[in-house]
Amino acid sequence: MAHRVPSPIEAIVIGASAGALETLSLLLPALPRGYPWPLMSVVHLPPDKNSVLAELLRAKCHVDVREAEDKEPICGGTVYFAPPDYHLLVEADRRLSLSSEEAVQYSRPSIDVLFESAADAYGAGLVGVILTGANSDGARGLKAVVDAGGTAIVQRPDQARASAMPQAALDACPDAQVMSIDEIVAYLLEIIPPK
Amino acid sequence: MSDKTEDIELRLLLEAIFRKYHYDFRGYSMASVKRRLGQAKLHFGCTTFSMLQDRVLHDSTVLPELLSFLTVQVSELFRDPSYFRVLREQVVPHLRTYPSLKVWVAGCSAGEELYSLAILFREEGLEERTLFYGTDINPDALKRAEAGVYGLDRIPLFTENHRKSGGKSSLSDYYTAAYGAAVFDKTLRQRAVFSDHSLVSDEVFAEMQLISCRNVLIYFDVEIQNRAIGLFKDSLVRKGFLGLGAKETLRFSQHAEVFTEFAHNERIYQKQGAL
Repeated sequence: MAHRVPSPIEAIVIGASAGALETLSLLLPALPRGYPWPLMSVVHLPPDKNSVLAELLRAKCHVDVREAEDKEPICGGTVYFAPPDYHLLVEADRRLSLSSEEAVQYSRPSIDVLFESAADAYGAGLVGVILTGANSDGARGLKAVVDAGGTAIVQRPDQARASAMPQAALDACPDAQVMSIDEIVAYLLEIIPPK
Repeated sequence: MSDKTEDIELRLLLEAIFRKYHYDFRGYSMASVKRRLGQAKLHFGCTTFSMLQDRVLHDSTVLPELLSFLTVQVSELFRDPSYFRVLREQVVPHLRTYPSLKVWVAGCSAGEELYSLAILFREEGLEERTLFYGTDINPDALKRAEAGVYGLDRIPLFTENHRKSGGKSSLSDYYTAAYGAAVFDKTLRQRAVFSDHSLVSDEVFAEMQLISCRNVLIYFDVEIQNRAIGLFKDSLVRKGFLGLGAKETLRFSQHAEVFTEFAHNERIYQKQGAL
């Protein structure tokens, strides 16, 4: 598979935990209005908190930032966050689903659940990004992205606010591309197709 | 592009369950069904969905366990306390104007929501005039709902939820603790009927003033969501109320225009008065 022609990108999924807000604040505002791909994201939050994450980031971003609604059709140029206390999944028909089934590794929403369903829906067209975090959620999910032929990116653990999550992802996916936040930003901009 | 083998197998498995046992999961949200059947596959020691299909077709004792994977049963008493607070403070005054009431908890699972409503209605003095229907497709869940027994470890959360919902009594008035379990007062279900009903295939069975169906629709695809919401529309009296889960919306439904938003954050809708 070394000379595989890169598939056209269809979507990006991002997982983050401890230190997420600060890290996402460096990443998402760099994306221009009309960014062609949708971004789905799971960030671990206390379950009883009404999420202010989307609101906080929306003010800083050129792309649309919102909390995902059940069965919402997925649109480019939009960042969808899993609501607190719900898993976020991608359906084959490119809609979002929510689920309140059991927490996975103590997490609901779970990064693994989002990544695995998105890998199933988008296959090689998916880019999975694991950022800072203090647990190992996302490692299995990123592996699913790789197994489906997608692209795996991990924030450099030594630069992450919390290194456990990117390190666990790297352990599960040794061939993932390891990048600084600046490099991830550059990558996300590079993949915009020329007009 | 041809379907992935695994997806073909998944569809065939759901078709087999439907044809043999008349449980119809074909219109469920596939991403979640696939995940949960993947867990069932491991649990039953099968390597493919085809193997699982073979098992469930030839051994009917597998079905009840498989149903417990397919139906999500995660709930709490007074889950999302603000929902119950708005019911209490804003919906109950409307309900008081009816001489008799029917309340339907659709997808009642192990009964947490129905007991919550029964307690709330007792506190508000509406219990005597109310008949509660709790329906689900999972017979085990219905049995547990009828028993009204919950783990004692869940009581602190239930108590806190009840308090936040504006509870006018102490939750401990409604259960007795025994052997690590909280057994809820039988009189709470004196006016409750638990029965098997599928939002996918069954019809309207009574005229309701309030329907509470929370975190059930998220497991359906848009088509089955529309069918279920159509049932709710046809079951509700004029000006009747429909409560959904905190992240569920009628926005993508073909029946959206029949309802008005009564409480936005709590996802409580009211069927419109005009015909």
